[in-house]
Amino acid sequence: MLTCKDLTELVTDYLEGNLSPWQRVRFQIHLGLCFGCRAYLRQMRQTIRTLGKLPPEPFPPEIREELLRRFRHWRR
Amino acid sequence: MAPNEASQDISVPDTSVEDRASNEAQLIEALRRGDETAFARLIDTYSGALLRVAMAYVPTRDVAEEVVQETWLGVLEGLDRFEARSSLKTWIFKILTNRAKTRGTRESRYEAVGLQTESASGADEPAVDPARFRQQGLFKHHWAIMPTAWEETTPERLLLSKESRAYIEQAIAALPPGQRQVITLRDIEGFTAQETCNILGITETNQRVLLHRARSKVRRALEQYLETSSMKSHPFQTTDSQR
Repeated sequence: MLTCKDLTELVTDYLEGNLSPWQRVRFQIHLGLCFGCRAYLRQMRQTIRTLGKLPPEPFPPEIREELLRRFRHWRR
Repeated sequence: MAPNEASQDISVPDTSVEDRASNEAQLIEALRRGDETAFARLIDTYSGALLRVAMAYVPTRDVAEEVVQETWLGVLEGLDRFEARSSLKTWIFKILTNRAKTRGTRESRYEAVGLQTESASGADEPAVDPARFRQQGLFKHHWAIMPTAWEETTPERLLLSKESRAYIEQAIAALPPGQRQVITLRDIEGFTAQETCNILGITETNQRVLLHRARSKVRRALEQYLETSSMKSHPFQTTDSQR
């Protein structure tokens, strides 16, 4: 039987689809029986979703202008 | 939301591979012709992401900005030689990581921080604080202190507050460089595992290990934050428990 600790180390392999079919079954059986691990997996998914929604780093407009200027002269 | 919105012009994630390839071919054509609008769109689409990735290599934002600038000039130089063996996006990010690496080793603080030393030392970093598990008995290594269910809208709520956004950025910045590079590409910028390996020049296994460590740490940081911050006093812990 997988322990909760094992599960927390396999969670990325699980999400990446990298577990063997048998490991996957064991993982899912554990999840089905364990409230704490279900919460853990959800937290992990929410963490990933949070990261995906971070606003973009603002790029300095001066550098943008400079690059466009360079582009204009690039072909000449 | 915004980063992906902007990128749709160039590589729409849900169009077919052929569509994307032909869009990309058109874009490259336009750039080679000297179409400034096309170039402006390209830099607007990727500069933010490039900057984030560069910051995982070099010590300051200023240096990262210079690296991004150099990258775009490198793109212009190389454009005639680009043969579409990888996607344009992957190619651009590879130019970035090459320049950032050179730059990163030149900046003293980051010297000697190689991926090798990092993954070796990270090998026995547990995903969760061992004190959270029972130490003995029949249920050894099962939860002693269970994670609590976060509310469904936790990510959105976190991102609404400037304070918590800064906290998340800090948690990412605190990661070892390799972990930070991988999580930035994968989870923040939405690259696939394969693209990430390609760009960083690492194996798939290494990529997965670094991603696992990084995600586990960020989760931990969020958990800590949610338990101590003002967000706790919001009607935050609804009981959507049994799912």
